[in-house]
Formats: sequence, C-alpha cells, structure tokens
Amino acid sequence: MNFLKRTIPLIIAFVMGVTMALQYYVPHEVSQSLLKVVSRWGITIGGFAVFLGAYSLFHLHLTKIKRKLPGWGYSTFVFLGAGITIVFGLYNGGEFFWQDKQEGTMFEWIYFNVQVPAGATMFSILAFFMASAAYRTFRARTNEATILLIAAIIVMLGRVPIGTMISQYLPIAADWIMSVPNMAAKRGILIGVSIGAIATSLKIIFGIERAYLGGGD
Amino acid sequence: MKKSRDVYILFSTLILFFLVNIFYLSMGWLDFWGKGLGIVTGAAFTLAMYSFLYKDNPVFKIAENLFVGVAMGYWIIITWFNILKPDVFETILVPIFKETGTPPQFTILIPTLLGMFMLLRFSKKLAWMSRWSFAFIVGLGSGITIPNFIHAFILKQLTFDSLIAPSIPVSINNFLVLLGVVSVLIYFFFSVEHKGVVGGISIIGVWFLMIAFGASFGYTVMARMSLLIGRIQFLIRDWLGLIQ
Repeated sequence: MNFLKRTIPLIIAFVMGVTMALQYYVPHEVSQSLLKVVSRWGITIGGFAVFLGAYSLFHLHLTKIKRKLPGWGYSTFVFLGAGITIVFGLYNGGEFFWQDKQEGTMFEWIYFNVQVPAGATMFSILAFFMASAAYRTFRARTNEATILLIAAIIVMLGRVPIGTMISQYLPIAADWIMSVPNMAAKRGILIGVSIGAIATSLKIIFGIERAYLGGGD
Repeated sequence: MKKSRDVYILFSTLILFFLVNIFYLSMGWLDFWGKGLGIVTGAAFTLAMYSFLYKDNPVFKIAENLFVGVAMGYWIIITWFNILKPDVFETILVPIFKETGTPPQFTILIPTLLGMFMLLRFSKKLAWMSRWSFAFIVGLGSGITIPNFIHAFILKQLTFDSLIAPSIPVSINNFLVLLGVVSVLIYFFFSVEHKGVVGGISIIGVWFLMIAFGASFGYTVMARMSLLIGRIQFLIRDWLGLIQ
C-alpha cells in the first residue's frame, strides 16, 4: 500500500519532470506535440481543481451557517451569489450548458454588472490603504528609505499631468527610473528567483521535496 | 449612541440611493430595461464597497459575500465552457453517445481520471489517490520550469548591450544596468561575508533595490489610482450623468 501511496507519486513526478525537461532540447515535432498534449492535460486536471476550491469555500460558509458563528447570515449571500451565477451559466441563455457558450446572457450580465464593478472597486480601495501605509512607512529616516521615497514620488508624479506641470523632466526621469535602475534590480531579483525555482524543481523531480504529497501515510 | 448613529447613516444612504435611482428612472435619464438596471447594480456594488472606507458595515459585508459567491460561480461556469466541455465532454462523452464523425479520444481519460482523483482529497480513506494528480501537475510544472527558466530568466537576463554605444548617455545607461545586476546579485550572495569590496558593491545593490522597490510602489499606487478614477468616472458619468 505504501508503494501506491508514496512511491507511485514520486515516480509520476520524476517521469513527468525528466520527460518535460528533456523534450525542450528535442527539436522534433513529436516532442512539440507531446508538450502540447501534456500541457493541455495539465489544464484539464487543473479544471477539476476549481471544484476543490468551490468545495472548500462552500464548506467553510456552510459550517459558519450550521454553527451560527458570528456573521453567519452574511455567508448565505455567498450561496445566493454562486447559486444565481451557476444557474444562469448552466441555463446559457436558453441553450443550456451542453451547447456552446452564448453571448448576451444573464450570466454575462452578472459578470459585467456585479463582478467587474465590485472587483475593480475592491482593488481601487487599496489606493487609500496604500497611501495611508506609505505615510506611516516612508519616513526618510535612513539613506535607503530616502532613495525609495524619491523614486516612488518621481514615478508617481511622472505618470500624471500634474507631474508635467511641475517639470517637463519628471516623466522623462520616471521613464529612466523604470527602464534603467528598476530594470537592473528586477533582472538581479529575477535571476535569483529563477535559480531558486530551478533548485526547487530539481528537488521535486528527485523526490527530495515532498511537501506536495501532503501529510499522513 | 454611536451604533444608532451608524444605523441612521446606513439607512439614510440607502434611502438616498433609492430616491436618486427612482428620480433618474422616472425622468427617463436611466433606461431601466436597457442598460439602466446594470448601471444601477454596478453603482450599488461600487458604493457598497466604498462604504468600507467609513467603517465595516452590513452593506459592505453583503456586497463582499455576494462578490465572492458570484466570482466562484463564474469560475465554475467558465471552467466548464473553456476546459471541461471541450476537453472532456466533447472528446469522450459526445462521440460515444452521438454520431459526430470523430471517434472518442480515450487518451483524455488519463487527465480526467487524475482530475477526479484530485477531488478525493476530501475523502479520509482515498485522499492518497489525489497525490497522483498533484504529482503529475507538480512534475509537469517542474520539468517545464527548468529549461524555460534557464533560457528566459537566466541566460537572456545575462545578455547586456555593449558599453561602447553610439552615444555617451546610452553607454552610461548600459553600464548602470550591468552594475545594477551585478551589485544586486552580490547583495543576495551570502556565501561571502559582506565586507570590503564585496560590502561596498552590495551597498550599491541595496540602492538599486531601493529604487526598484520605490518605482514598483509608485507604479502600483498609480495603477490603483487609475482604477479609482475609473470607478469615480462610472459613478458620475455613467450613473449620474453629471459629465459627458
């Protein structure tokens, strides 16, 4: 049983990892179609993972409702929102879910008039919190903090009309910061991150990193 | 006292929102059965979300939970139409039960079964089968990562433009990019003590990092600001029609 529970997953990860790493260096159409097919398989498996997320979300809110935890009434709105969206999505403008997705349905209406405005507003609220966090954090106490503050101010002012009104060189300075020192530092970070990702990938392929197996036997 | 004030503010805002919409609809400025209902719904969600800036309140919580539910429902339906329907339903189930001219592609059973195994994560007895699915995904990702990262994020990032460029400013910029990359890498290299020359170069790396963090912060703030401007424009142009 331990063979099925632990060894088989390690073999699958090893075979997939080695095959996909090697196929990159094989410039043959079989290799290319293998990448295409297996990548699509990965997307298909990932599609099922959405139901894992849905189960997790609904289970969390159902537990809140069952136990009458504080704020449990709000959890009913999660089911209301999901229920209405799924019903209209499956209804598919009268063509039902086994036909191709239709345009101009209630499902799309919900997307454009509920999800898009609510999502955009949620993210725009962060502008206020970032501004207040910046006020508390960005005090020019050290040389490094001063450099960070100046770079942030130049980039912010360089992107709005008032920046040009203050000085015509502000947008040029903002562009220079983005394309020279910012790019240089990002390259350095990217190289470091990539080396880390490659090292982790090798550890996964050779079965040293096994966190993805989860706990238990 | 404070709670009753909050209730008063909440109901006043709701009544005001209701009255504004009734007024606009009765004047014909909003076409209820056309785009009007969508605009009113969008405005309601926008204002409900912004009400959090005053403080956490029931209207925000309702909108937040509805948003979470709608987002979940949306992803389930989109996953069906974009992934499961074309890859599983139409390649196996439809050809088996209906004459489509194309034979069923039984190879798709492999990812389908692995996908179903993934759902066994919640079963106490069969949760171990989900490891096969995760191993497939993680192995696939790792295998693709190694050559692609070496090519795109290491080798490509280590190619620099010539320091001897047609103009001096370009040469200086090329030198600064080289200096920035090298100094940042040295700052993150902990196998050597940061003293002397290495310490000096790593300080330059810190300066480059600070500029990059400041630039990223400024860039992110402006992106959020543009979203904020978009929402305010929606309220005063699309909903209230105060600007054209």
